[in-house]
This record gives sequence, structure tokens and C-alpha cells, in this order.
Amino acid sequence: MSLLRLENLTKKFGGLTAVNNVSFESGQGSIVGLIGPNGAGKTTVFNLITGNYQPNEGNIIFDGQPIAGLLTHKIVSMGIARTFQTIRLFKNLSALENVLAGCHCRMKSGIFGGMFRTPAQKREEREALEQALAELDFVGLGEQADVLSSNLSYGNQRLLEIARALATRPRLLILDEPAGGMNEQETDSLIRLIRRTQDRGITVLLIEHDMGLVMEVCEKLVVIEYGGKIAEGTPDEIKENPRVIEAYLGTEEEDE
Amino acid sequence: MMQNTAEKFPKRYIVYGICAVLLAFAPLLLDSYWTDVLNNVGLYAILGLSLNLIVGHSGLFNLGHAAFYAMGAYTAAILNTLFKIPILLLLPASALTAGLFALIIARPIIHLRGDYLCIVTIGVGEIIRIALINDIFGITGGANGIFGISRPVLFGLKINKPYEFYYLIWIFAAVTVFLFFRLENSRFGRALNYLREDEVAAEGSGINTAYYKLAAFVLGAAWAGMVGTIYASKMMIVSPESFNFWESVIMFTLIILGGSGSIPGVLMGAFLIIGLPEVFRGFANARMLIFGAAMVVMMIFRPQGILPPHPRKYPIPRMDKTNRMSENEGTS
Repeated sequence: MSLLRLENLTKKFGGLTAVNNVSFESGQGSIVGLIGPNGAGKTTVFNLITGNYQPNEGNIIFDGQPIAGLLTHKIVSMGIARTFQTIRLFKNLSALENVLAGCHCRMKSGIFGGMFRTPAQKREEREALEQALAELDFVGLGEQADVLSSNLSYGNQRLLEIARALATRPRLLILDEPAGGMNEQETDSLIRLIRRTQDRGITVLLIEHDMGLVMEVCEKLVVIEYGGKIAEGTPDEIKENPRVIEAYLGTEEEDE
Repeated sequence: MMQNTAEKFPKRYIVYGICAVLLAFAPLLLDSYWTDVLNNVGLYAILGLSLNLIVGHSGLFNLGHAAFYAMGAYTAAILNTLFKIPILLLLPASALTAGLFALIIARPIIHLRGDYLCIVTIGVGEIIRIALINDIFGITGGANGIFGISRPVLFGLKINKPYEFYYLIWIFAAVTVFLFFRLENSRFGRALNYLREDEVAAEGSGINTAYYKLAAFVLGAAWAGMVGTIYASKMMIVSPESFNFWESVIMFTLIILGGSGSIPGVLMGAFLIIGLPEVFRGFANARMLIFGAAMVVMMIFRPQGILPPHPRKYPIPRMDKTNRMSENEGTS
């Protein structure tokens, strides 16, 4: 069963077609990788799914409902969370508060509740705190809860973004180059983290340039070049696909 | 970390306590002139706190806050002089008018950022001032304003003398500090900070940024409207020149000087910006020069303000470390 389905998605920026007629599916509970050369339009696809951009054509179906055109926060509350390629943490706030941002959309209290600390508000705050700490533990940052997020190492900042995304209680987690700037050891624990996320029943969709990670963790790969899909299949199929090899390495004829 | 044990009861709370006690007994030690200076400090402190929600917490540059202050003052003045409604009963009405006005004004401009928003709010402030001068709808009294506003009456006691106003204003300030402190430490307060830090990330974390920007504007405006009501009954007269651009600048400056997003900072800012010029009145014109120079020095050496905000505290239960380490998968 597919949780996310893209149908003939097209996005143009003026004369440039960044995403051209892309369709693929993400099965419930699967880990799908979106790969392709730099500038192929991978992040644009993510921005379309999360509502940062509106598609010119095509549909995005999440759990049977069309989500193209909805505002980002609405899409998050429906169950799609993301991390950013260039880390976008709240730099002047602690790691814990960054994760609490993710809890926000599952909470209700407003101005009145905040000013007068109603019993419901207190309970909600306690639960959010517990959940945020649990997510920090889940990514391995439990000890760094009160550290300013800008003081964390690069790899840990990426993990913190994942914790913040998980705190929104997503059904689909979108990771944009999660291993960017990580060393080998950190990448290994990231692979374990992605698997444990899958074990929680969360579907994962990721962009990654680290082929080791992609080949190891993804069940299905979608390859994009110049905004269009050129291949789709299991990692083993993709490795053998001549179109993909061409896209990554170029052809010999081109050298003439 | 070290601070966890040491900061259970931070030293600054003792300082706050001493300040509160001093404020509580200040009118007994001061003559009516200085009491009235402190009344002004109190009014600007509350105005600063209301603007702090918008500028300090949400990072929305608003240089037209005097417009909302004016809306509240004129609402109270008009309803009080025409219908003889007691001033204190008009507090909710002023809050509502100023809040509604903010909602209508802010809705179409809320997507603007930084300096663009700043320019528009300056424009709004000027439009209001000029509309008041032009006696809009024939109810604002033109350039002369409205006079004959009655004094507030609290439990049968007519508030008339400076020290009586002192307690009215500073109790209002204390209530404001209490409520805003709680608000800061709630889901709402955090949401404002998230959108100040990074709007895209906030929206991507599931926060309705447009709603929270509007809410900050409306709440800040409503509070300024209530201060306007107190001001109107204290002066017994309102006129357009009391709500000029300079007023907005003062409110903005005291936040930046004291510490953006920090309640103690805003209070400190109000004392420095409103109180200090009175202290140095003897220096006549030179005082503004000294004041300006002090601001320049401040911005160079302490741009975050005199009392920047402290990070929020959360009750984090410390589990025993060995138990935790085994669960950890990540890096450190």
C-alpha cells in the first residue's frame, strides 16, 4: 500500500523546469531513496511535498488525500515531517526547545492556557517535555538537552533536526542529505537510527549522496536527472542500470 | 553542568525581590513630582512589555506601536466623555478596539519581513496621528483632542493623586509582568521565538507562523490599548501629539536598550529611557547628547541589551547515566 504517491509532478521556475513530470510511490513502512546528480531537482521535489513550493502540474497524494497546495504547517500536522539540507535549527535555543518545536503541532493550549496555567495546559506541557526528551534519547542526544543547539557538533545538529521532525509524530519522515558532513562512524549510527525509525512504523524518504548509506538502507531508489525521473528500482537494479551509470559517470562518446 | 545546582535559586531573584520591595514603598519616600516620573516609567514599562511580544519575542519590527496606544486612549476618551462609562470598565473595550484594529492592519502586511514591515508600521502610525488631527468622523476633536475625561474609580475610591495613580499603574505593571512571564514560558511564547529564529524551520516544524505573527500583533496592540486608557484618565485629556512617531521610537528603543525579549530588560529600559532624562534635567540640552552617546556605546559593546533574556528552564529528570548510555546510539 502506498503512503505517498506523486503523480506527474512538474515545477517550473520561470523558464527553468526544475521538476519535470515525476511520478513515484512510497510504500507504507518503506525506506525510499531519491538520488541524482547535483542540481537534478531532488530538494525541489521535497519542497513540493512539504508545501514550501506549489507544483505547476501534478498531484501529491498522502494517505489517499491530495496535499498539493496546502500550507506547510498543515501538511506537518497531517503527518509529514522533514529535515533540511542546510541545517535549519533554532540556533539561540537549547536542543530541548528545538525538539519542543516539533511537539507544538500536537499541542492545543493558547494564550489563555499559557497565561493562567490551566490544569490541561500543565499536563500538556509535561507530556510534551517527556516526549521531547524521549526523542532526544532516541537520536542519542539525551545528555545534551540543555545545550544551545548552535554549540552542538555538525553531526549532532543533523541528529537534532531528526529529533525535532520525529517529535511531530510523523507517518512519513523526509530526510534531505542526513549524512551530509558526517564522518564514517556517525554515518553508521545514522543508518541504525534510520532503521530504528522504520521499526517505529515510520515511512522514510531520503535524499543522500553517500552511496554506501543509500545502497545499504534503502529498499527502493528513484533516480532523477535534469528534473526528470530516469530510473526506479531496488539498489541492485539501479547499480546495473546503464542510464544511471551514464548520469553519474558520463558516457565515453561525450569525451570526443 | 555546574550551573544546575548553583542556579536552583539564582542570585538575580534576590535583586528582583529588592527592586519589587523598593517599588512598593517608593511613593512613601518620594514627593509627588518624582512619583509622577515613576508613573510615566510604569506606563512606558507596560507599553514596552506589550511591544516586546512583537519586537522582542517574534522579531517583527514594529515602529508604529503608538497607533495602538492611541486607539486605546481615544476609545476610552470618546466612550467616557460621550456616554459617561467609568474608565476602568472601558479597559476591555479599549483592548478590543486596539486589538481589532491591529488585526485589520496587520493581516495584509504580516508576510513582510524586517525593514519592509518596519516602514509600513511607521506609515500606519502616521496615518492614525493625521486622521486624529483631521477630526475623523467628527469624534476625535481634531488637533485639540478630547478633554474632560474622568478619573478612574476603584471600589468607590477615586484615583486622583500621583501616588494613587502610582499604585494603579504599577499593579497593572505587576500583573502584566506575571502574565507575560507565564506566556513566555508556554507553548505560545516558544512559538513566537521559533518564528523569530527561523520562519521556514518553524513552519516546517508544524507551527502556523502567520497565525502566531498576527496573534503577537493583536495581543501586543490590545495591551497597549489598555495602557492608553490609563493614560487618558491620568492626563484627563488626549491629543494627537501625544501619540507621534517619537513615542513609537521611545518604546522601541527601550526594548533594544534593556534587552530584547527580556522582561527585566524592558523594565530596566523604561527606567533608563524615561527616568534618566528626568534625573539629568539639570544638564538641560546636553542630556540628550549624553543619552545619544550612551546609546551608541551600548550598541557597540553590548548589542544584546543590558539585561538579555535568560534561557528557559525545564524540569529535566536526570536518569542514572549508565542506564542511558546503553540506550544511546548516537554520537557525542
